[in-house]
Amino acid sequence: MRLLSIEALKRQAASVISTYSADVFGVCSALFELGGMVVMHDPSGCNSTYTTHDEPRWYDTDSMIYISALTETEAIMGDDEKLIRDICETAALLKPTFIAVAGTPVPMLMGTDFAALAAVIERGTGITAFGFPTDGMKSYISGASMAFAALAEKMTVKTEKTPFPSANILGLTPLDFSVNSSAESIKRFLTDNGFCVLSSWAMGGRLSDIARAGGAHVNLVVSQSGIAAAQVLERKFGTPYVAGVPIRKGFSAEAARALKVGETAVAYDGGLGKNAPVVIIGEGVYSASLAASLTMSGVPARVICPLELTAATDGIERISDEAGIKTALDGAVTVIADPLYKPICPEGARFVPLPHEAFSGRIYRREIPDLIGNEDYINAIRKEV
Amino acid sequence: MLKAVDDKTAVAASIRIGDAQSLSPFSCGLEYCPPARGTWNIVHTGMLIPEVHEIFVCAAGCLRGVVLTAAEMGAIERFSTVAVEEHNVLDGSMEELIIEGVTEILHRLAKLPPAVLVYTSCIHQFMGCDLARVYRILRERFPKVLFTDCYMNPIMRKSGATPDMLMRKQLYSFLEPTEKDAASINIIGNDLPTEKTSDFYRMITENGFTLRDITSCRSFSDYREMSKAPLNVVVNPSALLGAKTLEARLGQRYVYLPQTFGFDETERLLRGFALALGVTAPDFIKARGEADNALKAAAGALGKTPVTIDYTAVFRPLGLARLLLSYGVNVTCVFADGFSSEEQENFDELKRHYPQLLLHSASSPLIRTMERGDGKKTVAIGQKAAYYTGTEHFVNIVEGGGMHGFDGIRRMAELITEALYVKKDTRGLIQIKGMGCGCCQ
Repeated sequence: MRLLSIEALKRQAASVISTYSADVFGVCSALFELGGMVVMHDPSGCNSTYTTHDEPRWYDTDSMIYISALTETEAIMGDDEKLIRDICETAALLKPTFIAVAGTPVPMLMGTDFAALAAVIERGTGITAFGFPTDGMKSYISGASMAFAALAEKMTVKTEKTPFPSANILGLTPLDFSVNSSAESIKRFLTDNGFCVLSSWAMGGRLSDIARAGGAHVNLVVSQSGIAAAQVLERKFGTPYVAGVPIRKGFSAEAARALKVGETAVAYDGGLGKNAPVVIIGEGVYSASLAASLTMSGVPARVICPLELTAATDGIERISDEAGIKTALDGAVTVIADPLYKPICPEGARFVPLPHEAFSGRIYRREIPDLIGNEDYINAIRKEV
Repeated sequence: MLKAVDDKTAVAASIRIGDAQSLSPFSCGLEYCPPARGTWNIVHTGMLIPEVHEIFVCAAGCLRGVVLTAAEMGAIERFSTVAVEEHNVLDGSMEELIIEGVTEILHRLAKLPPAVLVYTSCIHQFMGCDLARVYRILRERFPKVLFTDCYMNPIMRKSGATPDMLMRKQLYSFLEPTEKDAASINIIGNDLPTEKTSDFYRMITENGFTLRDITSCRSFSDYREMSKAPLNVVVNPSALLGAKTLEARLGQRYVYLPQTFGFDETERLLRGFALALGVTAPDFIKARGEADNALKAAAGALGKTPVTIDYTAVFRPLGLARLLLSYGVNVTCVFADGFSSEEQENFDELKRHYPQLLLHSASSPLIRTMERGDGKKTVAIGQKAAYYTGTEHFVNIVEGGGMHGFDGIRRMAELITEALYVKKDTRGLIQIKGMGCGCCQ
């Protein structure tokens, strides 16, 4: 038992690879463009980390993301009053469309009741408030999921289905898609296939559009961050969803068919190569969609997903620790992953860099490709392999 | 326990110094983080010790910023992490996590480093983690590796020694008692090298002393040579705790030589330093004259151009504002959330003679939506001042920029003049982390 426990602890060590963006930053990224005020309940550090490494929109967009600047005394005394007062005073001046408070490790230790905080703030300001019990110990997928699901629960209103084919895009954040043309390409894919895009959750989206998301006929979920919201919208409005990123033309056609059928589906299901020599490391929906595109092109590929996974499928291995990933890569001929994974790839394996903002932050931002409908990328890999 | 919200002071972003009542003119509340990244953090500073390995034991959210700092500065091979998970908080495995995590990392490295900096976080402090046991076991397991305890615990930033002060103390914890070399001196606590033309730097080298500074050490053994100096010079106020610790532990005396902007104070400090060195103080007439001329030239060139200063550029922004205003420079605003007690005299003098000088919070939530720049040409001293005023004319320095004494004042005046005439890529430059540490982003 003890030996097992020590082995488990060792798996929490990473000698050379990076760390994925955390849950609290996922909340911020998801809500960034919607006119709300998001407060990370944290002493210091989270603000700089998020705005430096995880938020490419920070320099140019005046989004109201702040920290509470929690002090030792406030933590020991459990002084929630100061936090509430600071938020209410600031909200009175800045008039956000909503308020969100998200936790970090110390508030988790303090047992902070975020739901209660949100209720008091909402009563004090008259502004819709959310409390997210993040603790900085899970990945951004968890936080962004919470945030999108909360929007789906609280901000959407009963709406008639549109008389024309329509869709929402769920789970769209720069953490997975950066700020290149990917967001626009996904929208274009939908319109090219006859869907009107009602709302984007949440790049290039507006809160007023999100409120009317129930009018859509189907939801396109482009990352794990959007699955929980899709499930809420399915329950509230009966809207089916399709998980997948439309990458290669063939795969895009599959995704488009799934959308048109109007039944909840995983567009890449069954499309991955088992025990394939080409391995993709990354976020579940994105990586599986790329793997399916490659497999359909005659290059069987499998996926190692180090992050939370809800839309699981054959061919995706959920491994989050450095040693485990290194072992799982044994025998891989080609590895497609963020450059910060390169040090643990097998010697002799071909490494194809696919930077992921949620892993390497801004370091390789300029090299993050827009893979939507990108035949060239797939062909280049096929040629190399 | 939650209580109903009551009314209290309004959130304020700025105040005339004439109306400010204390060195802490703003209430503490929510904080905004501008995209000016040039100041160093504890990863950058720790990496100043050549060959050491850093291991951070924190939650993923805390690891995220530090691991990417290391990656951006090209030092990820000297950096590792142990992720704290929820179960470690609940099942009492926190000490074992550090011990086994650090052990596992050292086993995975191709070669053992001579020393390891282990950084624990706020969560360990709150849980009462038995760090003494942790380090004892690690030292037993790796007798050839030196370990020291470092801290990333920002929750303590207002409770005594700050993480920055602790870092500058622990940075020298691998120095050990040794025979002293009377003809050697250390500069300690700086992230950036001191300009070789600085008055005190020249006093050291021109009088035949060997000067050691962590910023110029190329190997771990170079760094350990710093144990030999009988005297340490401290410029960064956050390094005073480290200097006092070295005095108690190794018998190294220290001289505090802060970056000052008053001519008389600067000369007094430099003369005191000469006394501590046991050398004759140089004649400062020429150095004073050159600083004076450079300031007059800067003031003449600036005319009525507004000048702003922020607290990341120099350790005493009010001192710099006072000096420039006394030369007729139109200093309009100082960006800072508060000022050190060392600035009391500057604060009082500015209140008396320049009450219209604006103090602007550097992190107020309101500054987020403030208009950045009014289209008029402004010269900023510091990256945050440049960002907040939306100017391309700025002096791009952090932490004093390695400038010191009369030479530093002269150099500062020249940089201000240069900033007036030469535009810089503000967006590109200020987003680079740890200015001068080799970061490429």
